[in-house]
Amino acid sequence: MDFGLTDEHRMVQKLVRDFAQNEVKPVIKDYDRAQEMAPFILPRMAELGILGICFPVRYGGQGMDYISLGLACEELEAVDSTLRVVMSVHVGLNSMGLLQWGTENQKQKFLVPQARGEKIACFGLTEPGAGSDVAAIASTAKRAGEEYVINGEKMWISLATKADHALIFARTTQDVSDPHDGLSAFMVELDRSGVTCGDIHGKLGVRAGSTGFISLQEVHIPESNRIGEEGEGFKIAMACLDNGRYTVAAGATGLIRASLEASVDYAHEREAFGREIGKFQLVQQKIARMVQSYEAARLLYLRAGWMKNQGLRNSRETSLAKWYATDASFDAAAEAIQVHGAYGYSDEYDVERYLRNAKGAIIYEGTSEIHQLIQAGYALDYRNDRPLRCELPAYDVEVWQS
Amino acid sequence: MKSVVCVKHVPDTAAKVVVEDGEVTWGDAPLVINPWDEYAVETALLQQETHGGDVVVVSVGDENAKEALKHALAMGCSEAILIKDPNLSEPDSLVVSHVLAAAIRKIGEVDAVFLGKQAIDGDVGVTAAQTARVLDWPAFTLVSAITEFDPGSRKIRVERSIEEGRQILEGELPAVISVVKDIGEPRYPSFMGIRKASRANIPEWTLDDLNIEPLSSAVAWPEVMNPPIREITNEIIEGDSPQDIADRLADKIMEEKVL
Repeated sequence: MDFGLTDEHRMVQKLVRDFAQNEVKPVIKDYDRAQEMAPFILPRMAELGILGICFPVRYGGQGMDYISLGLACEELEAVDSTLRVVMSVHVGLNSMGLLQWGTENQKQKFLVPQARGEKIACFGLTEPGAGSDVAAIASTAKRAGEEYVINGEKMWISLATKADHALIFARTTQDVSDPHDGLSAFMVELDRSGVTCGDIHGKLGVRAGSTGFISLQEVHIPESNRIGEEGEGFKIAMACLDNGRYTVAAGATGLIRASLEASVDYAHEREAFGREIGKFQLVQQKIARMVQSYEAARLLYLRAGWMKNQGLRNSRETSLAKWYATDASFDAAAEAIQVHGAYGYSDEYDVERYLRNAKGAIIYEGTSEIHQLIQAGYALDYRNDRPLRCELPAYDVEVWQS
Repeated sequence: MKSVVCVKHVPDTAAKVVVEDGEVTWGDAPLVINPWDEYAVETALLQQETHGGDVVVVSVGDENAKEALKHALAMGCSEAILIKDPNLSEPDSLVVSHVLAAAIRKIGEVDAVFLGKQAIDGDVGVTAAQTARVLDWPAFTLVSAITEFDPGSRKIRVERSIEEGRQILEGELPAVISVVKDIGEPRYPSFMGIRKASRANIPEWTLDDLNIEPLSSAVAWPEVMNPPIREITNEIIEGDSPQDIADRLADKIMEEKVL
């Protein structure tokens, strides 16, 4: 067993860390307050290659492995969750779905420009009336000759107003005994007639990010934009979530680290009763718990990343990593505020933003409650993963970098 | 054209460097490329983008120095060379400059050598000048801008940052150039560079390969100690009015002999 990172991993980590710390950290508070996404973020991430980090070079990517993706997400969310959200939707939920389920033509048409960062992608699963209950999706896609006509509303869609492409899930068959079976997945170019997108404001967290809605009214798309088989949408959505949740887990680990580092710094700096507050055992206890949760969260996501590299099914491990890391990140941020006292309650320090940002990840990409059901399902043998028609390809350095 | 960049591996700037039992230690903090050397790499790469050719990065050190070399490769350098020899365990800057000069001669047909203005560990800052002296090439130190660089006509014109301001210098290539921060922000490594660097097989040269005898350091560090801990106390000056507070503060400053 080797717990070490490779030279390549360390260099990727440093590259992403330098970008986030040098270019985003100095300005993120202003954009968070303004509830706007910094306009340089997406072009700069594209220019640096971060948006195509784990895709084969021949598909426009950078040829790194899935662990590199996780490390990048950790570094990004150590500065702000909105950076990691970009990776979750553009890379994890959409582009990795194309890598797994797309035909060669679809990869050339959609994945190549996305991996290069020339086109931005998002993921349209959630609806006003369908979140955890995916089978309740009301959007429809009706066949009309060699086209589909899509109607529906998608809600809480990250990058809705920034994306060029969306992976939209809609019902293609109403008359099925199991409603999960009637869903299909489609790549929709968001400049098509009938598509309207908008941002949602007033969110608790991820305020420097774009979260919005996509409305689809009589949107015609060619049959060739359907990803996978008709009726395969639920399986595709769950497979995409295995990848998105991985990025969320890795990112939340970064948020724990940020809370820990901020708390350690402040515990050295702040004095009370004649000594630095780090000397007090109850402060030490909070910091010790952050250390514990950071190390555990990191091991959980790295194991999931290793399994992806090996081509092993990792739904259980990824769910566990996501559940643990997101809950722990919220706890760490809350305790970081407590360490900072009244200052932590103000946006003069970063920790209140960490807390607001942490809450979203406990809800999206499977609430913590859903992940508990998943874990119990595996433990009780109620849940078994059957092989998929298309598995996420194992990482092969020769294939990826040639 | 061909450039050489000389880089050093140093403890990360975030590392806590202390003396324990007479030895300098930075715990388990990683060793990274000397931050000033990143500016040197950037300068060499900018000249390469204009004039073509190769940028060879060289380091004198042990296995750990490969981190710095790989970073430079990931930024875009063409090749890397590690100079590693058991007789180079604690070289001073003069020994390093002799070794670098020998390596530069062995590389051959070098138009320019770039270094950072100093390494953040030893902070000696004379390796560039010493290397130029050994090579018998002109030294342009503390360069903040290169306004002319023409390998064809062998001309170089630079601006130096000095205490009195900026100084313009002209000279001939080949030359040794040390750079300061104003030269331009170093680029991040690219993913393509990272792929290349992680697969790179870095050749190791010994003193035998360079055809030089082991050299003795002229400077030794007989004793290393932590700086004395500074006692800092705070005092809030109070008074009846801003003028009163200012007067008391001025008196206090004079009393403490701050001015």
